[in-house]
Amino acid sequence: MPLKIKQDHSRFREIIRGRIKANLRKYIQKGEMVGKKGKDLITIPVPSIDIPHFRYGHKEQGGVGQGDGAPGTVLAPGAVEGDGKGKAGDSEGEHSLEVDLSLDELAEILGEELALPRIQSKGKKNLVTPKVKYTGVYTSGPESLRHFKRTYKQALKRSIATGVYNPATPIIVPVREDKRYRTWRVTELPQSNAVVIYMMDVSGSMGDEQKEIVRIESFWIDTWLRANYKGLECRYIIHDAVAREVDRDTFFHTRESGGTMISSAYKLCKELIDSEYDSGSWNIYPFHFSDGDNWSADDTRTCIALLKADVLPKVNQFAYGQVESPYGSGQFIKDLREAFDAVENVALSEIANKDAIYNSIKDFLGKGS
Amino acid sequence: MPGDKNTSLSPHLTDLRKEIEGYARGYGLDFYETIFEVLGYDEINMVAAYGGFPNRYPHWRFGMEYEQLSKGYEYGLSKIYEMVINNDPSYAYLLESNMDVDQKLVMAHVFGHVDFFKNNFSFRHTNRKMMDEMANHATRVRRIIDRVGIEPVEDFIDRALSLENLIDQHSPHFPRKAKGPDDEEEKPIEVHGFRSEREYMNQFINPKEFLDEQRKKLEDERAQKKKFPERPERDVLRFLLEHAPLERWEADILSTIREEAYYFAPQAQTKICNEGWASFWHSNIMTQRALRDSEIVDYADHHSGTMGVRPGAINPYKLGIELWRDIEDRWNKGRFGKDYDECDDLRARRAWDRKLGLGRQKIFEVRKHYNDITFIDEFLTPDFCIEQKLFTYAFNEKGNRWEIRDREFQKVKSKLLQQLTNFGQPIIEVVDGNHENRGELLLAHRHDGVDLRVDYAKDTLVNLQKMWRRPVAIVTRSDGKGVMMRFDGRDHGDRKVEPG
Repeated sequence: MPLKIKQDHSRFREIIRGRIKANLRKYIQKGEMVGKKGKDLITIPVPSIDIPHFRYGHKEQGGVGQGDGAPGTVLAPGAVEGDGKGKAGDSEGEHSLEVDLSLDELAEILGEELALPRIQSKGKKNLVTPKVKYTGVYTSGPESLRHFKRTYKQALKRSIATGVYNPATPIIVPVREDKRYRTWRVTELPQSNAVVIYMMDVSGSMGDEQKEIVRIESFWIDTWLRANYKGLECRYIIHDAVAREVDRDTFFHTRESGGTMISSAYKLCKELIDSEYDSGSWNIYPFHFSDGDNWSADDTRTCIALLKADVLPKVNQFAYGQVESPYGSGQFIKDLREAFDAVENVALSEIANKDAIYNSIKDFLGKGS
Repeated sequence: MPGDKNTSLSPHLTDLRKEIEGYARGYGLDFYETIFEVLGYDEINMVAAYGGFPNRYPHWRFGMEYEQLSKGYEYGLSKIYEMVINNDPSYAYLLESNMDVDQKLVMAHVFGHVDFFKNNFSFRHTNRKMMDEMANHATRVRRIIDRVGIEPVEDFIDRALSLENLIDQHSPHFPRKAKGPDDEEEKPIEVHGFRSEREYMNQFINPKEFLDEQRKKLEDERAQKKKFPERPERDVLRFLLEHAPLERWEADILSTIREEAYYFAPQAQTKICNEGWASFWHSNIMTQRALRDSEIVDYADHHSGTMGVRPGAINPYKLGIELWRDIEDRWNKGRFGKDYDECDDLRARRAWDRKLGLGRQKIFEVRKHYNDITFIDEFLTPDFCIEQKLFTYAFNEKGNRWEIRDREFQKVKSKLLQQLTNFGQPIIEVVDGNHENRGELLLAHRHDGVDLRVDYAKDTLVNLQKMWRRPVAIVTRSDGKGVMMRFDGRDHGDRKVEPG
């Protein structure tokens, strides 16, 4: 029997969703959910879900406690009830509730709010992988799959029932009818795998703030793609004048100096796709972030040629995000725009600051390809 | 009750219950018939989210409560529940999966509560059929939802709940006189003065100044009556019910919420005595009678879990049980009265034992006539304060942290009392329902040293305004200066006023 309270509970979840939706832009900028990720759940502070009353400001009121310590002893943080998380001064005015939300729910909210189209994976609906799963026990089968324990049990039961069993010399001899074998079933899983290849310029002109923007943006891209594909893999490439593949942590924390050769990253990306991700069975999403400064016009031409010839035909969508920095010239996006003006699977976005992440996600994911 | 499944006690639990009830009666506890129900954890979470009742009107905050409780259970943070409804017969719940020792502890605790509910003066005016009443409220609100839709009802409930603490907690004890029709017409004021037999003495018995004074008094009285409300009204909800332009269904919901607020108010007023009393009895019953050898460790673990203290808060169970024990001990040993109070020989005080044996009698008396405020006021002693390591704490703005401020008895006591006054809620009254002759509503906060939280106050004003439909304002103090916070339906405005 469903509990009466489930109704209230789902109403509450609905309200939460509404609040998150209404404040999504703020969450996206702040990246508050990034880093709080547990397994599948994230914890989100939702503002003012509680009911306001006329009440005392706790900080002024103080209170009575119990325990050791001389006057002046500092109470451990969190010891005082109703102690806001914020610093002095900003804690009032921010009454928030922490709610858990699954990544799927979050992606759904993101999709609804940004009006993102569901992704049409590239016609690989017929591609299936057979998957073998041992699901039961049967009376016949190959000896290699004999289930020893079940067989033994069966034999034991039989020998006790027939009175053959002698506790003093407990020898059990299974006969043919006692034998039990594992059986399996083949399930056919529709395969829709996707890989995201993040590329980032880590040359001197990309500062911490720019990287923060990339990190926040990548979180939202991950969340959305993960909700659309069963399995999502992420690969990370950093580059200055040369490119190399790194792990996630290094990706966000490396700082190099030196020049920028974007083509090096694209070359590596192409190699990666060619060697590991067959475009027939993978949905491929390269994302490249830089401040738009490239070494030379020559190199830019190489980039465009590479993209045209080797990357674009194999990927679902190529996305380039240009993060504004005080040093970059911002020329690269203009060149790309010129070259790929009418190309369907290229998404370009300029990200001036954290506020712009919201729209940039829309630029990237709004095409639904 | 929740669900169709059988929630009555198993034969085994029935035996335990009989045993514990016998002990409780043996100690002289006097309680209503108590019905225990056995529930699974999700059901018990539901009942807990509903504030102990199996059925409440639909509202999302119960769902929020439920989610938090469920999380706590899944993480293994909370396990023992004692939940009991102040009703005749009383209902209490046992968690299906608990061990026997927990079930016994909960039963003993519950009998303590029910004894308190039945005998303490604070509950004299409580509706003892609240179980049915709550179910009626639920049906009523559901019907309204069917008629006008969930959204407006939910919005209205949110608004009403925002004001639910604006009741007059003492009013149930003072039945209100039925107001007669406005019979007094405007008659010219006649001043009679004292009766005098002799005309010539009149100017001495009733001199002109005296007559003028009398006239002024009468005029003031009449002016007072023209005020609206005549006297500041603490029961803001009633004032709204009587005077705000509410729809029928809105008034219905508001009065429902007001009634429930009044039902829960005395429980909030007796939290420390009541939890202390129940803990005192579960401790006595368990340790003196009901515990088996094999259960001692679990009992000690769970009991101490309930009694745990954190530096930044008062645990009503702990403070309560220690106070009851202290009272019993003091009255057993005769540590009260003039002689004891004036004795300043520490050795003599420590050894003081008149062997009066009045402890039991005294605590049963106290549980009848005290609520938290009078309880603390009368029985918190300097010795107790030291023994229990009580202190006051305050926020250090400079260091941005909480610090222990003081261990002095008077300060601890007055802080504690301040926290308990009006159950720790600010006292707020309606002072004018026709403010500035524009039909605006003016509230006043009786400031007692602590400011209101401004952000909450503003949000609450918004809710109040939606109900009153004209601008509303509240006079309070902020940083020592009088301020009137006003909301006119669109904008907030503050302005300075003379501190009220």
